[in-house]
Amino acid sequence: MSNNTYKLIQGNEACVEGALAAGMRFYAGYPITPSTEIAEISAQKLPVVDGKFIQMEDEIASIAAIIGGSLAGLKSMTATSGPGFSLMQENIGYAAIAEIPCVIVNVQRGGPSTGMPTSPAQGDVMQAKWGTHGDHPAVALTPNSVQETYEYTIKAFNIAEKYRTPVILLMDETVGHMREKLQFNDSSEIEIIDRKKPTCSPEEYMAYKPDEDMIPKMASFGEGYRYHVTGLTHGEDGFPTNNNEISGKLIQRITDKIEKNIDDMSYYDEYKMEDAEIAIVAYGGVSRSAKSAVDEIRKKGIKIGLFRPITIWPFLEKQIKSVSEKVDKIYVAEMNLGQYSLEVERVACKSCTVNKINKVNGELITPQEIIDAVTGGRE
Amino acid sequence: MNCSDITKKYYRVQKLTHIWCPGCGHGTLMNTVIRAIDKLGLNKDDVVVVSGIGCSSRAPGYMDFNTLHTTHGRALAFATGIKMANPKLHVIVIMGDGDSSAIGGNHLIHAARRNIDITTIVFNNNIYGMTGGQYSPTTPTADFATTAPFGNIDVPFDLCKLAQGAGATFVGRATAYHAPLMQKLIEKGLQNKGFSFIEGLSLCPTYYGRKNKKGNAFNMHSYFKDNCVDLKVVQKNPEKGENKILIGEFFNGPKPEYTESYQVIVDKFKELRRD
Repeated sequence: MSNNTYKLIQGNEACVEGALAAGMRFYAGYPITPSTEIAEISAQKLPVVDGKFIQMEDEIASIAAIIGGSLAGLKSMTATSGPGFSLMQENIGYAAIAEIPCVIVNVQRGGPSTGMPTSPAQGDVMQAKWGTHGDHPAVALTPNSVQETYEYTIKAFNIAEKYRTPVILLMDETVGHMREKLQFNDSSEIEIIDRKKPTCSPEEYMAYKPDEDMIPKMASFGEGYRYHVTGLTHGEDGFPTNNNEISGKLIQRITDKIEKNIDDMSYYDEYKMEDAEIAIVAYGGVSRSAKSAVDEIRKKGIKIGLFRPITIWPFLEKQIKSVSEKVDKIYVAEMNLGQYSLEVERVACKSCTVNKINKVNGELITPQEIIDAVTGGRE
Repeated sequence: MNCSDITKKYYRVQKLTHIWCPGCGHGTLMNTVIRAIDKLGLNKDDVVVVSGIGCSSRAPGYMDFNTLHTTHGRALAFATGIKMANPKLHVIVIMGDGDSSAIGGNHLIHAARRNIDITTIVFNNNIYGMTGGQYSPTTPTADFATTAPFGNIDVPFDLCKLAQGAGATFVGRATAYHAPLMQKLIEKGLQNKGFSFIEGLSLCPTYYGRKNKKGNAFNMHSYFKDNCVDLKVVQKNPEKGENKILIGEFFNGPKPEYTESYQVIVDKFKELRRD
């Protein structure tokens, strides 16, 4: 018999529950609406499980601290929102090039700048991919419910650990503050992935020499493998180099280890897509409105479905292409002025038309707005 | 231990020679860190050396410990995460003057305020060397730099006073010329269970020295020799401190250490689980 339990909780709380289930034992953060509950609940729950919490002086310090914590052997996370996410960008790049697993939660709010702190938005989609300078891998997951926040926080940790890369959980205020039933899975049913550890002698250890899967084994500081970590381009021994060939190979490898394993992290959901002639593409909070809209529009005899990416980055090119070859029209609904739609257009424009449904006034896109956009407002 | 034994034991010999210019004081200061670690007999596997960006921050690459070369100004924030995650590690942070007090000033005061057990060593050469000689928060007023072509109008920080005011529980200053004192201060800093701050005055003949007509490395060392006075001397004879640079141990006042205070909370829950 399963030991599943249920609880009515908020998305931000589910994020912490998922993180703890995944093995998070260090959290460093700075208060910011609408993500603060993640820090508060982490502060409450971490010492109970022998974990550590610290409130840092700013978001730059927060992500720096979790990179340090991860390097010292603890699964680590930070959470923030727009302005804080902007401050974290440099060190997200550091985690990418130094290949330090960590999870960064961004509960999106209206921007730019201070914007609308208590209102939902999805304006950080492109920032999650291109926020830090230079070419780098990007993984971002977007849950649309309390249950998914729990499950995809666990998956975020698993991807971070498996691929030694920072992973972004791209929530939005709607999902972060929504209260729903959460089913806690029996811990024996949850898949937990831990980073690969070296088994060789310290003398033989090459901290950045990849295995065949492109991922190097990671020793924690203090385990007897004394090695060097730097944000400079480095060789397989971890030491800085200006060698063009080695530098180029490093950037290619850290990108390839994600892009070439995209099938291992391609999460998405399809709703009534079997016979669809029109597809709505929506993610996060907006996808809840889109699902209602699909049901309503179908009542008018229009064959419409919903394609919902949960993995926002890397871009689900294969799946979007396949949707575009099946339908005549795609509507991308998102709480920004058109960000994910740019990627959809790039892949789908040869096969079907791509339309945009956008809103940036701090309100969730409603089902009616999607219905009106698709049916031209004709009732 | 003689010089070559220390070199073989604590340096990544294959990574030498270092990148620093001829006459730079950083190599001497790095060696005082190594000798302090040797004197205390710390296990190399338990020592972590973290740095930011700049000339000084290249030091950890040459040192055979767990070493982390981070982003500009952020070394203390990375080090805080390491120390929180594994308080058993001896965490040493090496930063430059710009690194620690301009871009990283906020992290410096907050790490000091928390009194987290990190030994912070600043190689202060009064200039941004890696980028070619711009004025830093410790460049004296009226001195020249590539970005102060008409003389610096900024007022410099006294880094030791800053650290002490922010809550550091061990504070001292020495110079690349006063290497034995520097080593002694680092030893005491490493022994202090809390945030220790040691400023090592370095010299940059290439940029700061050249821009300000300070002569060669010999002249700059001589300047330290002739113009530094230990606090203990000044306390007895205040007139000897006039227009001099104070060196020595400035403050040693233990307070509860951050990771130990956190552990008290963790242990309470452990007891509850046992009951």
